[in-house]
Formats: sequence, structure tokens, C-alpha cells
Amino acid sequence: MNNSTQWETVIGLEIHTQLKTNSKLFAGTDTTYGASPNSHVSMLEAAMPGTLPVFNEKVLRYAIRFGLAVGAKVIAKESTFDRKNYFYPDSPKGYQITQLNHPIVEHGTLTIQDKNGNDKIIRINRAHIEEDAGKSVHDKYAEFSGIDLNRCGTPLIEIVSEPDLSSAKEAVTYMKEIHSIVTHLGICDGNLQEGSFRCDANVSIRPVGQNELGTRTELKNINSFRFVEKAINIEIKRQIKLLESGGKVTQETRLYDSDKNETRPMRSKEEANDYRYFPDPDLLPVVIDQAYIDNEKQYIPEFPAAKIIRYTQGLEIKPDDAKIIAQDKSLAEFFDETVKSLKQAKAKTAANMLLGEFSALLNSNDVKVEDNNLNVAQFVGLLEALAEGKISHKIAKTIIEKMWGTNLLAEEIIKTEGLGQVSDSGELETIVKEIINNNQSQFAAYKEGDMKMFNYFVGQVMKQTKGRANPAQVKTILEKS
Amino acid sequence: MKLSGIKSISQALHNKIISVQELHDIYLKRLNTHAENLNCIINYTPETANQQIKAAQALIDNKQAHLLTGIPLVHKDLFCTTGVNTTCGSRMLENFVAPYDATVVKNLNNRGMITMAKANMDEFAMGSSNENSYFGAVKNPWGLNRVPGGSSGGSAAVVAAGLAPIATGTDTGGSIRQPAALTGITGIKPSYGRASRYGMVAFASSLDQAGVFARSAEDCAYVLSEMCGFDAKDSTSAQVAKEDFSENLNQSIKGLKVGIVTEWMDGLSPDIKQATEQAIAKLQDMGAQLVEIELPTAHLAVSAYYVIAPAECSSNLSRFDGIRYGHQCENPVDLNDLYVRSRSEGFGEEVKRRIMIGTWALSAGFYDAYYRKAQKIRRLIAQDFDRAFAQVDIIAAPVSPETAFKFNTKKDPVSMYQEDIYTIPSSLAGLPCLSMPIGLVDDLPVGLQLIGHNLQESTILNVAHQYQQDTNFHKMVAEGYDE
Repeated sequence: MNNSTQWETVIGLEIHTQLKTNSKLFAGTDTTYGASPNSHVSMLEAAMPGTLPVFNEKVLRYAIRFGLAVGAKVIAKESTFDRKNYFYPDSPKGYQITQLNHPIVEHGTLTIQDKNGNDKIIRINRAHIEEDAGKSVHDKYAEFSGIDLNRCGTPLIEIVSEPDLSSAKEAVTYMKEIHSIVTHLGICDGNLQEGSFRCDANVSIRPVGQNELGTRTELKNINSFRFVEKAINIEIKRQIKLLESGGKVTQETRLYDSDKNETRPMRSKEEANDYRYFPDPDLLPVVIDQAYIDNEKQYIPEFPAAKIIRYTQGLEIKPDDAKIIAQDKSLAEFFDETVKSLKQAKAKTAANMLLGEFSALLNSNDVKVEDNNLNVAQFVGLLEALAEGKISHKIAKTIIEKMWGTNLLAEEIIKTEGLGQVSDSGELETIVKEIINNNQSQFAAYKEGDMKMFNYFVGQVMKQTKGRANPAQVKTILEKS
Repeated sequence: MKLSGIKSISQALHNKIISVQELHDIYLKRLNTHAENLNCIINYTPETANQQIKAAQALIDNKQAHLLTGIPLVHKDLFCTTGVNTTCGSRMLENFVAPYDATVVKNLNNRGMITMAKANMDEFAMGSSNENSYFGAVKNPWGLNRVPGGSSGGSAAVVAAGLAPIATGTDTGGSIRQPAALTGITGIKPSYGRASRYGMVAFASSLDQAGVFARSAEDCAYVLSEMCGFDAKDSTSAQVAKEDFSENLNQSIKGLKVGIVTEWMDGLSPDIKQATEQAIAKLQDMGAQLVEIELPTAHLAVSAYYVIAPAECSSNLSRFDGIRYGHQCENPVDLNDLYVRSRSEGFGEEVKRRIMIGTWALSAGFYDAYYRKAQKIRRLIAQDFDRAFAQVDIIAAPVSPETAFKFNTKKDPVSMYQEDIYTIPSSLAGLPCLSMPIGLVDDLPVGLQLIGHNLQESTILNVAHQYQQDTNFHKMVAEGYDE
């Protein structure tokens, strides 16, 4: 190999998605994150002798929903559990229950956009159910390590892609896309910091044009989108440098150190465990029929891609705006609810205000849509008042701020604060006349056709009415004068 | 008074001829006299017993009692029992106290039975002679220099010596039937899935079943009926209605088709063969019809079993790592040292052997050749039985190729494994099977195995009971243990 070799990157991701169930995979134990160490541990997770696992059906249903969402060719009518045997204190049974041979979901696909903006299909090899391990705490005690079993037995689905990703960017795009799917499905809280969504990346490189895959390394447990990109890029660089200097990539598991921005070996293939997988004799095969799978279809929501099409084509929202709304689950829900209730107002206005004033308020108050500082009824009322010409856009901005954190409707605020537009033509005519009288020379210029002067008069009327004058009416009056 | 059978004891309790306390004391006295010599008990459970005695007496006084209320029993020491040690015959669990009751224990507690003690056993139920207990070998009441069989040897010795009317056991490849045969009592293992495994320390999960020892099939039926039942805590529990196995005991066996595996009969020593043939002839006299059957794959059963059972055991016993409970080595230098020394010190030789066999059989590159092949054999054996049961109602077969042997005579593990050649096939098929005494050979008991089709416990218990109505072999007691 010489330095003129063009390299191509091949990446496959294994994403561990913690399922948002109240209880663990094989026991009724609470799964709430952040409890004091070892307070959410049943006899099963402590691996007391004689205890047995009982499968949590909710997990099955969640896994099926994921399969449906990625158009899986196989959602297994009969899936089985296997034991993966290894010794480690955070896995007290001495084995992890997982699905090796007959996973619940196989052969799905996901479409992402490559660097040229073209659609690219990423194949999902499988998604299988397994239990999470506990946590080892190495930095708390000097002489020994602490073990927290709260996470032990928490349900996961491990989503395994084919090596279809060609760059760190694509890997992140894919990961974000999966994140969006599982959070839209509501099967995972998607919290990367708490470890609800973690990723292992298999990375290899090969000369462009070569069919055979290069030796891969596995980067373990990367828990942020940014680090996935950085870790893969630094690993690609390392592999290129290694190969170009005549070295060889060793098949091994590597750890990404975000502080030093480097990867370093964790264990090599030779040191790797022989996991001695075999079917778990404590658990019978999970047998379901098509009706069971079909029943889960009702829980599959509309995904962002479909939403964007509906927003842009049906509601005439600008593509960029449609994308922003569609990709934020709560924002999209709020928007859809709003659009459903609109009478005169247009969806486009709703989208503009949602991404404008509404989002600005969310940001400045550091809150989320679901915190409900403004409800749909309030928002709809505001948009309708605007559409009916009761208020101007400028006043609308004032009203939304006044509504914030209250349950007051636009109607009420307009009334109590006297913010309604002056549409009474008698009242407006008097005001217009008075202004004309006080500005005779400007009026003369207007009459001679100076349109700047027209705007001047509109401005004066607005000033006098504190923005409450109906612009259309002002125009009519001026034209008649 | 003469204590003979649950029904008569229960009547005596209900009619206030004897109190629960008095009954218990009679057996406790017998335990105190004989248990040490037989080495059949690991721990006594006086506190549990005292509470249960009071509760049972109250139920009887209030006329809310069940047939089993107040009847004392001993549990094999791998059933978890709250507040009392559950050792599994191992140094590993010498001081382990389970925080809960096994479902089987709970079911019998709910009927008001009195737990007197926990019985000695082969370590983690691995053995056919009870020589593998950390707490020493159990002796056979029929000859103190002889083994009682295993792994439920302590339970069998307790009942055979009349130290309790009932003892629980577990059977993975013969661990109830073989000791029942070698000690001259009746012992039954129900169909796989009948009794909950929750709270039974696992040896080989796909084979382990709880069962019971008693002096008669009738008593076995009473207790087994209450032990069994669907349990949501055990995913392999059979979803079938609770059954009273004593209901059909008195049916005639006229016309009943009894299958005989000719090949098995030919492999027996002349004495045991004769005793077995006599028992089968008796069944024929009673109206049963004999049918010769074949189990073409059964000769592979022991080989398949010694792949599957150790494979499961190698995984099941991984939890004994010296960290949360159980034996922990002193001053471990690091994690690996903690694992290696705790387990090396905590487990006995046979347990280690099976962990190693199982680990090896599951290893990459060997899995297909051993574990997968063994599972195939297992399926073929089950099919053999299905074909047989299309022709017959039950199968009558030997239990063990020999009578109780002397200590330290089987040093080669494989020769010990051969002890179970007649009991393992039905275990692999998950079938209900029992052993009942059918006579003596050289003053040592011989048993006959009755195998039923899946969930047909009541059929084999019916046959055994009818046989025991016509014979007295089940009343034989070893010298020195008359009640």
C-alpha cells in the first residue's frame, strides 16, 4: 500500500435501545432511572438461587412496533432466548439473556440521505431483545469496586445494521434517524446521557474498488451523536495511518476516550470470551400469530418523513419549516392539533408563529412544548383573531407573550387590555381627518401621487391608535379622502 | 401407636387421638435416634416447625384442616425455605439462608404440613449414591455400609427409616426413583412442568422436577396433588388445571396395557431380572395386558443426558461467584482470584467435573457436535415414547441395574453414570414416572419403574396403588427401624 491509495470506509452500527417499560425484562422490578444504588433489585437480578425469569410482554410489543416501523421482512412468529455466558460482577447470573438464533425482528431498512442529498437505504440486519447489565463503579472506593444492579435486567433491543454506512457522517445520520423512530414510537426515552440509547460501531477500511471487507475494530459504548462521529473519524484515521505504514489492523474491541480524542484497545479477539451461547431452558419460545403483530400496527405513528410530505404538499408549509416541525415529536403534535382546530386561519400562519414567536418564548423561558405554557386552544384563538382581522400581527405578538403561562384566551386579553383593532369606520374617519388637517402639505403631496406619503399617513394612524387600526380600512378611508 | 399412612394419621389428628405436637415429637424422637447414624439430615428447622405446629393444630381445632394438615415432612435441601439454611449439600451454600420459600414448599405449607428438617443430598443434586455431599455420605437403612442412592438420598433414607412419613425430593435423571428403589420406598417424579421449579436451586433446568417420597403410592398421590399446579413464576410450568391424583387410585387395572422394554430386561442381573419379572407377572395376574415395546433411541439417553445436564449446570452454577452470597475465599487479590478460589473451594469434585464437561460441550466449535446432537437425540427419544404410548397405557421397567451398592465402589464417574440408564430416558422425555418396591434380592430392596405418558400421573399412581393393595412389599422395613 502506498500513500496514493484511496480508502473507503465501511461502518456497521449496533444500537442498544433501552425500552421505556415500567418493569424489567424478566421481573416486575421498577426500572426508573436514577434511584439510589441497588434499590431497584429483585431476587432475580441479584441472581438468588432458585429464581426464574418471566418474560415481560410489553417488551415483545415494543420490539414488534420497531420491526413494523422499519418495514422488517421478518417479525418472528417464534423467537427464542439464549444465554450468553460470561463472568462479571455486574451480571450476577453469570450470563445475559439475549436472542442469538431466532431474534424477534430481522431484515428491516431505513432510508437516510447521503452527502449528496440522495436517498440511501441502510439495511437493518436484526433487532433482538436482551437484558441490560448492572453498572460497575470504579472511582468511588479506593480498595474495591462498587456494583449497582439497578440497571440490571432493564429491557433493551439491540438494533444491528448491515455494514452499509460509508462515513462517520452517515453513521450519525443513521443513528439520529433510529433515535427519531424509537422516540416517535414512544418505546425509548432516547436519553443518551442516561444511557438509554448507546452505540457500538464496527469500523473498517478498504481500498476503493475492493470487494472484500477490511479487518474491523469495534468501538464500544459511545453515548453521544457528536462522539460517534469523532470516534469513527479518529479510528478511520488511525487505520489508514496503520495500513499506509505497512501495518495491519487487529480485530479487537476499542474504547473511545473523548478527553484525549483517541481510541485504544480494550480486548483483542484472542482475549475475547467464548460466550457459550445456548437456548435458555428457563424460557419457552415466544409464539405469536399474525393477528398479534397486526394489532400493534395501530401504535405506529406517522414518522417525520411522511409528516414533511403532508405539511409541504397538503398544507403548503415551506420545506425547511416542515422539516423542523416534523422532526420534533412534541412540536409536530402541537402543530397537528392546532391545524385540526383552525377555521379561518391558515396552517402556514400557524407554522410561522410556531417557529417564530412561540419557539422564541420556549427558548427564552428554557421550557419544552409539553410543559404546556401555552395550550392549543389559546394558540388557535390567537390565530383566528388574527385571521378575522381583530388584531394585527404586531398585536398578536404582544398577546402571545401575555398568554404565556396563563390559561387566558386571546379573546379575553383583547377585551381586557383593549387591544382590538379599530374597525369602526366612523371612529377611524375622524382620526384620519384630524391627521390630514394637521398635515396639509403631506396630504397635498399624497394627492399628487406620492405613494410614500400614503404610507406616512397609514403610519400616523397606527401611531395614534397604538397599532389597533385595521390597515385595510385605513387604506379605504385615505383613498376616499 | 402404629403410624401407617397419611389417611390414618390424619384421622387420628382430626379425632384428637393425637395432637400435632405429639405426632411431631414421635417423629422428632425417631430423627434424634437414627438421623445421625444415617447422616440423612443437614439442618433441623425447629422454629419453623413450632410455628407450623401451632397453626396446624388451630386449623384442626377449627375444623378447617386439610388431609395433610399436621403431617410432618422433610425437604430436600435444595428447596429454598425462608429463614433456614438451604445448602444444596455444598460448601458453597453452607451458610446460605434463602429469603423466600420455593413454590413447592409454600404449597405444602399452605396445607399445614410441618417442616422438620432439610435432608442431605448429593451436592447440587449431582450424583447417584449420595457420596457427593459436602456434609458426608448418607447411609442406607438396609445396610449402613451401603449407599441409599442419589441425589435425593437423604430424603429416601428419612422415609425408609420411618423418621418422617413424607420427604420431598427432586429428580433430574433419576434422583427420586433410584434412591426410592435402593431404600425400598415409593417415589414419584411428575411430568416436567407439573411442579413449579421456582425456589428449587437449579441443576439442569430442562430436566429438574420436584417430587415426593412416601411409604405408599397412596401417600405419594396425596402429597403430589398439593405440590403441583401451574405457577406463573415458572415460565416452564404446565398450564393445566390442578389435579387430585388420588381420585383414580381404586380403579381396576383390568385390560390396562403395560409396555415392557425387552431390551432393558435382558440387561439385568438374573436376580433383579427375576424380581422384576415377578412384579410384572403380578400386574398381569391383576388383569393387565403385557405388550412388548421398543425404544430404539433409548440406548443413547445416558450420553445425551451427560451433555445436556452438564451444559445447563455449567451456566446455572455461574451465579455462585462468591460475591453476593455463598462461599467467598479469604483475601482475594483481584476479581479473577476471587472467582477462581471461591469456586474451587466451594464446589466439590463431581460438581466441578460437570461444570467442566458442560463448559466444554458448549464451547465454540463443539456445540454442534455435542449439545445440538444431544438435543436431537432427546427429541428422538421423546418420539420413541410417543410411539410406545400409542400402543400402551404405561411402561413397566427396571429402575436401577443393581441394588444398593457399597460405599466407594464406583470410583469411575462413567460407571456411576450408568446407574441411571433406565431412569434417564423418561427424564429426557419429561414423562411422569415412579419407583415402587417389589421385593428383596440378597436382603436389599428392588424397585419397579412405572412410566406414564405426559400428564398421566394418576395412571401410574393407580397401578402402583392397586399393586400395593395386593402385595406387602411396600410395608417392608429394614431391621431396626420398626415404628
